[in-house]
Amino acid sequence: MTSLTTRAPAGTRGRAHTKPHTTPPRLFLVHLGLIAVGVVMFYPLAWMFGASFRDDSQINDPGLWPGDAFTLSGYQTGLDGLSGVPFWRFIANSLLVSALCVGANLIACTLTAYAFARIDFRFKKVCFAVMLGTLMLPHHVLLIPQYILFRQVGWLDTYLPFVVPKLLATDAFFIFLLVQFFRAIPRELDEAAQVDGCSHFRIFTRIILPLSKPALATTAIFTFIYSWNDFFTPLLYLADTELYTVPLALRAFIDTTSGSAFGALFAMSVLSLLPVLGVFIAFQKLLVEGIATTGLKG
Amino acid sequence: MATDTIQRPRARRTTPSPRARRRAGSRNNLAGLMFMTPWLLGFVFIVGGPVLASLYLSFTDYSLLGSPEWIGWDNYVLMFTTDDRFFASLKVTVTYLLVSVPLVQVFALALATILNRGVRGLPIYRTVYYIPSLIGGSVAIAILWRFVFAGDGLLNGILGVVGVDTSTSWIGEPDSALYTLVILNVWQFGAAMIIYLAGLRQVPNELYEAATIDGAGTMRRFWSITLPMLSPVILFNVLMNMVGAFQAFNSAYIISNGTGGPADSTLFYTLYLYQRGFVDFDMGYASALGWFLLVVVGLAALALFRLSRRFVFYAEES
Repeated sequence: MTSLTTRAPAGTRGRAHTKPHTTPPRLFLVHLGLIAVGVVMFYPLAWMFGASFRDDSQINDPGLWPGDAFTLSGYQTGLDGLSGVPFWRFIANSLLVSALCVGANLIACTLTAYAFARIDFRFKKVCFAVMLGTLMLPHHVLLIPQYILFRQVGWLDTYLPFVVPKLLATDAFFIFLLVQFFRAIPRELDEAAQVDGCSHFRIFTRIILPLSKPALATTAIFTFIYSWNDFFTPLLYLADTELYTVPLALRAFIDTTSGSAFGALFAMSVLSLLPVLGVFIAFQKLLVEGIATTGLKG
Repeated sequence: MATDTIQRPRARRTTPSPRARRRAGSRNNLAGLMFMTPWLLGFVFIVGGPVLASLYLSFTDYSLLGSPEWIGWDNYVLMFTTDDRFFASLKVTVTYLLVSVPLVQVFALALATILNRGVRGLPIYRTVYYIPSLIGGSVAIAILWRFVFAGDGLLNGILGVVGVDTSTSWIGEPDSALYTLVILNVWQFGAAMIIYLAGLRQVPNELYEAATIDGAGTMRRFWSITLPMLSPVILFNVLMNMVGAFQAFNSAYIISNGTGGPADSTLFYTLYLYQRGFVDFDMGYASALGWFLLVVVGLAALALFRLSRRFVFYAEES
């Protein structure tokens, strides 16, 4: 039984679907229902996309297509940005922060996961239990001391509060995901290397990492999406408009846009969603595997 | 259970002998320390240290100026005796959690069950339903929600087209504002659905075949096979969604402009903690709020595990 419940590495599929017993007319109704659910879910998104091209005077029209009210002024106004800082700057900032977070997470989480999966050091069990415990720790209990610490060392208005915690392997979710994946790699491979005198570091870089590309990709993609969407960290640590990331800039937009400039707000909201959707479409299969095996949420 | 499934060949065990192990022991401890250095530093400075520091701060009065002043249990006493907003925020978060977490499970499980019956185009449906989970927590979607549920927003626009004229601002009314956020959470059922789909694949087909031969109908099969076999996955999803719901912040912040209004109806616990800590700079009090949240989440998780002993079925046991 144990052999049945051990998780296969991502990429291999479990059993086939249950065979359909449904008759054609009922099947038609099922599809109709499923499509209806999809339409209801996507209507607001499609509407926002349309509204981002619509003149502000027509913004409340519940229809999808702008028609005569079509205009690009929302994008033009939006890209002018906030208090003299163009919107591209915020996008560049967000890309920089997200890239740094991805790099930091990949390095720190793989090192930690390798130790948990492959090295028999003292107190491993304790450390692993503690790591699992931090998975459920509400982030908000850490906020105040972290803020005081980062403020003390002069990290306000820098990206260090975003990156350093990741560099110190505090994203337990990804450690857990990588441990699961590393454990599924046959031990014979690194034992053979060990006999040949390879150090743990060589086994890690030459054997484990090259075999773990799907798990590394899942970690990278989810870290990117989380960092790109992160609103709370910039809200706490960034005050200088030049340093704003996209979510913080959008939030500031709500305040500065008077009751009539909603087109610009929508246009920039649409822009802010594009990288996430792009990454999702490009790496869809990997992502779906990742969620199914680890329970990650976007 | 174990008798009627085909066993896959067991992975060959090649554990080194005890003596070789001991020899490698000290080498392994050193290597372990090196690989674990980032995590150990992170645990001390970013996670474990701050947990203890906030426990200490919760017994102090501290506004970032000067040094923390020890005031004993005063913060906690204040919280439980005179702070109405604390109770309001607790009520908002608990209501949000009790309404939205079960709703998410119902939607996710229902759609996963339907999709698992061999519906064509599964990958497309799965993708479409999952996309909201990716973007649902973003500021852009919170902005969209403000407009969907505004007085002159999309929802009322659509209602107008079908002949229901209303200019109720759903986010402006204390009675409905929280439920717009519940809808936002339910909108993101896709992630849970994918986990249920993966779980459903693990349910052996033989069980359904045997039940069908015995004359069990669709509903009976769902209640007697699918639900019990899926119960560990349900526990996992409920736990993760619960922890997430306790920490919800972004959407409430954007929709209420950071106030938690109208009339504190969207004052999530975390939003209140943020206000006390980073608007009022009442760091001691905010730490007490943080520690209380930690205790509540811990107790809720414990209660869930206790409950799960009665309802969760692990196939290995039988």
